[in-house]
Amino acid sequence: MTPSTLLLLLADGRFPAGAHAHSGGLEAAVGAGRVTDLATLAAFLRGRLATAGLVGAAFAAAAHRAAGQPDRAGLLALLDAELDARTAAEALRRVSRRQGRALLRAGKAVWPTAGFADLPTAGGGPHQPLVLGLLSAAAGLTRPETALTAAYQTVTGAASAGVRLLGLDPYRVQALLVDLAAACDRTAAEADRAAGEPPWRLPAAAAPLADIHAEVHATWEVRLFAS
Amino acid sequence: MRPEPTPSPRPQPTGQTGYPEHDETVPHTHPEPGVDPHAPLAAAGRALRVGIGGPVGSGKTALVAALCRAFADELRLGVVTNDIYTTEDADFLRRAGVLDPDRIRAVETGCCPHTAIRDDIGANLDAVDELEETFGALDLVLVESGGDNLTATFSRGLVDRQIFVVDVAGGDKVPRKGGPGVTAADLLVINKTDLAPLVGADLQVMDRDSRARRGDLPTVFLSIVQDRQAGQVADWVRHELAHHRAAQATGVPAGRG
Amino acid sequence: MRAVARLVAHPDGRGGTRLTELAGEPPLLLRRTGHRGPVAEVYVVGAAAGPLAGDDLRLEIEVTTGAAVRVHTVAASVALPGRVGATSRMMVSARVHPGAALHWLPEQTVAAAGCAHLAESRVEVAEGATLTWRDELICGRHAEEPGDAVLHTVVDLAGRPLLRQTLAVGPQAPGWSGPAVLGGAPATGSLLVLHPDRPADPPWVHPGGTAARLPLAGGPATLWTATAPDAHTLRSHLEP
Ligand SMILES: Nc1nc2c(ncn2[C@@H]2O[C@H](COP(=O)(O)OP(=O)(O)OP(=O)(O)O)[C@@H](O)[C@H]2O)c(=O)[nH]1
Ligand SMILES: [Mg+2]
Repeated sequence: MTPSTLLLLLADGRFPAGAHAHSGGLEAAVGAGRVTDLATLAAFLRGRLATAGLVGAAFAAAAHRAAGQPDRAGLLALLDAELDARTAAEALRRVSRRQGRALLRAGKAVWPTAGFADLPTAGGGPHQPLVLGLLSAAAGLTRPETALTAAYQTVTGAASAGVRLLGLDPYRVQALLVDLAAACDRTAAEADRAAGEPPWRLPAAAAPLADIHAEVHATWEVRLFAS
Repeated sequence: MRPEPTPSPRPQPTGQTGYPEHDETVPHTHPEPGVDPHAPLAAAGRALRVGIGGPVGSGKTALVAALCRAFADELRLGVVTNDIYTTEDADFLRRAGVLDPDRIRAVETGCCPHTAIRDDIGANLDAVDELEETFGALDLVLVESGGDNLTATFSRGLVDRQIFVVDVAGGDKVPRKGGPGVTAADLLVINKTDLAPLVGADLQVMDRDSRARRGDLPTVFLSIVQDRQAGQVADWVRHELAHHRAAQATGVPAGRG
Repeated sequence: MRAVARLVAHPDGRGGTRLTELAGEPPLLLRRTGHRGPVAEVYVVGAAAGPLAGDDLRLEIEVTTGAAVRVHTVAASVALPGRVGATSRMMVSARVHPGAALHWLPEQTVAAAGCAHLAESRVEVAEGATLTWRDELICGRHAEEPGDAVLHTVVDLAGRPLLRQTLAVGPQAPGWSGPAVLGGAPATGSLLVLHPDRPADPPWVHPGGTAARLPLAGGPATLWTATAPDAHTLRSHLEP
């Protein structure tokens, strides 16, 4: 298989890593009445891409870079702490680790020879972007491909949740994603560049409402999505 | 010629189950609270995981509660539910009186109940792991699917056996429609037989059609309101559990019992 | 305009705090206004309006073991456009030693139309130090769309990352006013509270759904974060 097929496999929402159960904060934003239609969904996706998307992609790319370094375990531990420091909401830290755990489960089953033992798992599992970085390195993907996969998934997951939660026309939601494609490419390129920097300088784009929404969502009695 | 069917319980519209109600006049002991009454499992023993699927409202949660009642003093239980899980559900199972609510884990399915039990089972597996991390070895884990349609089934990567629950109120045509749940589940439960006269469902028709669909696979008619411990289903689970343990002991991969 | 100001605090040996350095240059002047108990109180006295794009202002703070300082600014700073293509910078760097306390409680930064502003905070806190750190951003003066402003906060506790966040608003920040980031709120900010011997409280969200208390992962620290319709409401969420 060529690396580009592997890229498509890893980025595919059908890759069994639990993506279907996460709305990327959209369920809470819908619940708060802030996302109601295509236009507000588009704005949501743009903001999410520029914040969580950039940070996640940069950390995935940085983990990919760490995979080949002599002090891999030390670097991964540092990335873990740096990502925690960028995730002010405990609910979001939990979600990232839960998704990391799901991806790791799939990764271990699909690439049994790849090593993941040095992933920091304190706090309920390894952070998802770190797992993604190591997994795509194991799969032979490049660093830019890794960043692209991460950025892409932060918008596609929320977009498909929008279709399910708001009953939006799936063709028009897909058109939104097409409109966003160039921004997604740019975000991935920026994340890939940033991954060359020392960990403390990695992007830290924050979104106050993402934190607030996540903590509200965690208190809901009935949730359709895990995040 | 069709092979001789395994003894499939006959319809019992009268609610006669053959299982005595819990009788306080008969001498017996309740286990000491806080003391685990169960012998420890062999270290290698993994819990039998039984999926309970079926359409919305057919009685999956009621069956989970019935099995919890049946096994309360017998097995170390855990429950994973993919149902839209409210505190009412938790209360319901708690009131069923036999399961510590901590032993119930809810999994969010992102509006895709079938995906969570079939295509992308990680969250359910995590929930099973968490139960085992919290409570140690378990004998039986029941995994309730979210109410879905007739095409939803569990992945074999998630459960060892699956029970598909339909009800007579859905119409006596349901077994004829088939679908993987009806045709291939290890046990088909046709629930709410007490309602059959009210909804004009012909249990003989349902029995005939499910035999035609299922060949040798067993079917049970049930009314949980009349049989609070779902005796026949509990017996089936005991039987499957024995097979599962034997298979684990000999290291043979667990197949259908 | 370039300006550097520096504040160094030591214990005065009588339970109070002595400011051994308190030096600035226009428009970044420092005044000691008094004390509240053992805590020395200092005001940053901004001279003119600004900063203007092209300005580069730096404030360095060091609080040594046993000293305590509270720093305010006399007025909001309004980031304004200036030299074309240039950025205004306000960089505050602070070191807080073991057993020292720093409370950084300035007035808001207002991102005026057309501005290009970077506000940067770098804080190194030792184990056993106390910190209160507030940042508030108002997006545009009255009924005006803001220019580009970035609030960048880096806090290390005992050499380990505690908080990293970059909040970007304005035309260069995609989706900043949308439902994923500020939801149309023109005011936003955060208050970091680090108490060595008080564990952080669990997460809590204000019933209005626009402010939350967030316990951080890297230490006994809480981040209060808020979005608000105006500066006054914002402040009500971010009073230490
Ligand atoms: N009459 C009658 N009602 C029953 C029986 N079993 C369950 N019910 C009732 O049917 C309703 C639905 O039962 P549940 O157990 O919640 O069904 P479910 O399949 O878990 O439903 P979902 O999870 O929402 O798909 C409840 O009101 C039960 O009390 C039965 O045997 N007879
Ligand atoms: Mg149910």
